[in-house]
Formats: sequence, C-alpha cells, structure tokens
Amino acid sequence: MKKLITIIALALIVVACGDKKEKAGDATSDTTALSGTIKVDGSSTVFPITEAVAEEFRSAQPKVKVTIGVSGTGGGFKKFSRGETNLSNASRPIKDKEKAACKENNINYLELEVAYDGLAVLVNPKNDWVDSFTIEELKKIWEPAAQGKIMKWNQIRPEWPNEEIHLFGPGVASGTYDYFTEAIVGKSGSSRGDFTASEDDHVLVQGIAGDKYSLGFFGLAYYSENKDKLTLIGVHNGEEIVKPTLETVSNGTYRPLSRPLFIYVNSTSVKQPEVIAFVNFYIQNAGELSKDVGYIPLPDENYKKQTENFKTFVESNK
Amino acid sequence: MNSIQKNRLKDQLFKFWGIFCTLIGLVLLIVFIGDILIDGISRIDWGFITDLPSRKAEKSGIYTALMGSIWILLLTSLIAIPVGVAAAIYLEEYSKKNWLSGLLEINISNLAGVPSIIYGLLGLEVFVRIMSLGASVLAGSLTLSLLILPIIIVATREAIKAVPSSIKDASYALGASKWQTIWLQILPASGGGILTGVILALSRAVGETAPLIVVGALAYVPFAPQNPMDEFSVLPIQIFNWISRPQHGFIENAAAAIIILLLITFIMNGIAVYFRNKWQQKWK
Repeated sequence: MKKLITIIALALIVVACGDKKEKAGDATSDTTALSGTIKVDGSSTVFPITEAVAEEFRSAQPKVKVTIGVSGTGGGFKKFSRGETNLSNASRPIKDKEKAACKENNINYLELEVAYDGLAVLVNPKNDWVDSFTIEELKKIWEPAAQGKIMKWNQIRPEWPNEEIHLFGPGVASGTYDYFTEAIVGKSGSSRGDFTASEDDHVLVQGIAGDKYSLGFFGLAYYSENKDKLTLIGVHNGEEIVKPTLETVSNGTYRPLSRPLFIYVNSTSVKQPEVIAFVNFYIQNAGELSKDVGYIPLPDENYKKQTENFKTFVESNK
Repeated sequence: MNSIQKNRLKDQLFKFWGIFCTLIGLVLLIVFIGDILIDGISRIDWGFITDLPSRKAEKSGIYTALMGSIWILLLTSLIAIPVGVAAAIYLEEYSKKNWLSGLLEINISNLAGVPSIIYGLLGLEVFVRIMSLGASVLAGSLTLSLLILPIIIVATREAIKAVPSSIKDASYALGASKWQTIWLQILPASGGGILTGVILALSRAVGETAPLIVVGALAYVPFAPQNPMDEFSVLPIQIFNWISRPQHGFIENAAAAIIILLLITFIMNGIAVYFRNKWQQKWK
C-alpha cells in the first residue's frame, strides 16, 4: 500500500515539474505585447478556422492564451449568453431564444461573418445519367413525404434508370443536415428518414464511392479531399446550373446550398485589448486560413465591412 | 452411436464453439489494432508528442491533450481511490445487513449502469456552476471520479470478500482490533484485486469523451495545465476532433493518437497484472 502511494506521489511530482512548453513565437507584431485569456466556444464546423487563427495569433501575441471548445453552436450560445465566453463560433445566426437569453444577462454582441461553407451534392463516378439537379428535384427526393415512395431514379426524371436510389447524408444532429433540410425542404430538420445517415462524413464518402446508384450530400471540404472517388453534381439556382467552387460559393451564385459561418463577440470583451487584437487578426486572416482548412473565403470587400463594423462596435462600447 | 460417444461429440462440439467465440473478439481486436498501426505508426515521433495542435496535420501534435489526460488520470485516482475503497470497506466490514445497506447496494449497482453523459450533466451543474470550479481539470476529475466510483466499490468489495476468513479469524484471535485487522491483514491480502479493479476503472476514465465535453473540456488549448484549476483538453477529444476533419492527414493523426491512448491503457493494465501477481504470491 505504501509503495502504491509513493508511486502515485512520484508520478504527481514528475508531472508538476514537467514545465509548460513555451514555444518561442517570433513577435512579428508591431503592437505592444498583450497578455490574457480569450475563451471561445461553439460550433465544431467553425472550429478549424478559429483553431487556425489562434495558432497563427500565437506567433503574433505569444502571451495571449486562446482556448477553444466545441460545445456546438447551441451549446456555445448558452455559455456566451451567460457571459462565460468572449467569442462564440456559430454555423447559423443566433436564434430569438438565444437573443433573449443574452438580453436577460445584459450581453450585447456583434455578429461577424468569417467564411462560407458549401454543401456538395454527390453521386458515384459510374453514374453517367445525372448532370444536374433542380431544387424541386432535390426536394422531391429528400422531403418527408418521399419516404417509401420516391425509391427509384426514374421517378425523378423518366429518362433516368429504373434502379433503386440509395441516399446518404449527415446525421440529424449535425448543422449540415439542418442547413440542407432548411435550404431544400424548407424546414430545418425535416426530411425523409430512410437514408443512410452518419455523423462521420468519411463513412458517407465510402458509401457513395462504393455504390453506383447512390446520391448524397455533405460539406464541400470532404469532396475536395476525395475528388477521385466522387462526382460533383451542379444545382440549378433558378437561372443556371452551378457547381460549388471557390468562386461560385464566394460570389453567391451557388445557392441555396452555401451558408455563412459566424463568430459572435460580446461587448464587455471588447474592453480587453487582447480580444480586440484577436478579432482584428481573425478578420484579416480568415480569408487565407479558411481556405487552408477547406472552407471558402468571403469576398475581400466583405472582410473590409466586417472590420469597419467591428471598429464601430468597439468604439461604441468603450 | 452409444450415449458415451454422443456425450463426447457434444463435448467436442462445444469445445470448438468455445474456441471460435474466443477467437472472434481476439481476431477483431488484432484487425483493429493492425489497421490503426498501419495508419498511424509512421506518424508517431517525438514532435507528435511535444507539438501543439495545428491546422496543418503534419505539424500537429498531442502535447496539451496528452498532458490533460495525465492530469485527469492522476487527479481522478487521488479522488476516486480513497473514497471508493473506504466506501467498499465500510459496506463489507462495518455496515449491518439491513434494508439501508440493501438500498445502498442496489443504488451503487444502478449507478454503474448510468450513461456517462448523465455524469457530465451532473458535473456541469454541481462542480462547474454551483461549486464554480469552471471548466477546470479538477471539475473534470471530480466528474470522472463519480463515474468510476461504483466500479471501484464493486471491485473492492469482491476483492475483500475473497480474503479467506481464516486470516481474519487469526488476526482477531491474536487480539487485533477491527482497524488493525483491516489495515494490516485484509487490505494487503485483497490489494491485488483492488488494484486490478481500480486500474480497469481508470482505463475507462481515460477513454471517456462525452462527460468531459459536457463539463467543458476544450478542443484547442495552447498550454498544458499548470494547476488543478486550469482548463484542459484530453486525448479522446483530440481524436474525435481529428476524425471529423476532411483532410486525410488528420485521419493519420487520429490513428497515431489512438495508438498512444491504447499504449497508456495497455501500460496501466500491465501494471495491474504485475501487482496482482506480486500480491498473490505473497499471500499463497
């Protein structure tokens, strides 16, 4: 027994001594060195961008500690409205209920767009009949009423094969599913239930890649990583057929299957100079960094606008 | 075929079925570990252990998550082991067999079956908010301690029960008090069993993700915890986060991190086996 206690005590000492790893970041920033902690929480979709920004911000301001959680957009807003976080990552705009919660706790905030995410509609490369979809066709396939009824390709267009259609999509808990159903079916979270759903998009990639009669959707980044295994299908936006690319998502012609990603800043936080510096750094670098992690930058003028909005917000909360 | 032959045949059939059943689990485990090793082993180097998470898969490391996991493991042991063992000793040696102890017993068994996310919600409300510990290592450890307490209590009770009553009787016969008997005879005799239970429980704690996400463990922290009130991340959260990234490099990272996590649990189980054997020899 004594030995065991000694071992545990020793282990504790070893860990306590294991000193924090100070990565010598080059202070390339021309501003004064800041310090403090910035707490970010929220959407796991936005997480990669914020992580990338935090990583780069470390070399500019090595003493500022940025921590990021992944409670999901809703979970993030819950903490944000209690004043527990400085910034909130969100893959959708704040809801009325969440606005009310912020108001109750006297939290004023600013919404900033940081990047776009495109939803890709995909089929198997052996599928040689589909060249595009209209929104109506997608709705016909995915709406709740389609369950058990729209089961074959030729029910969508008569010239398509008389073969079963196999559907793949993200799990119903994901923001991607919410967004797709809202854009296509018209009601967030409402779709047929008889499709292969997975929280892991890699499973969807495998599923579509292995099945000639498959059809699925997920974030554009997963297509970019698996271009050789999947065929991207263009969607008719009412005027023309558009495939999601950097340009079409960024200039808004790939609609309605592209969505903005946000961060929210609260007004008390912008009294801290390190938060101001971080948010400015975020807006300046979001374009480049969002590309790095698979998302699509906003047009330059939008970033300029975000910078101005933020400046006004900081001024008015001094 | 006479009845002897029939019985032998049944015996043989059952034996092969048994071998088959044993192999299923084993083969699946080997396939899984092999797959993970192929994906991840080449990714493991010193940099992977000592680097911070990054948006570039090849530059990413597990330093903060690994440190967080070690902190969680140590704090959880410090909290859960004394409490769990003491509770088990009380239930086994002191408590009288009445309706109250029966109720306690049923509830402890029930607690062992409660989904881990429920413990996360409890931890969030009680430790993070009411006790205002924040999303700290301490709050996470307390939550995981609650999660594994029932396992430790049950294992410890089984170990104590297995101590031959001759040892206890001899101790009392020599005039030892109850406390002396427990401390000098029963605990050392059941030490191996208790330790096995404790380490299995801790192996479970080190793999938990859901309750820690609820408590507020983070996915990106640029520093290792310095004290129990610091914020933290843990390996399973890092793995989960990497698996959900589209870039293939992160899948490799996830596999590599899984290898490290498996290594930790294997080492822990190894320690458990070592001590069990040592203790058993001593008491034979």
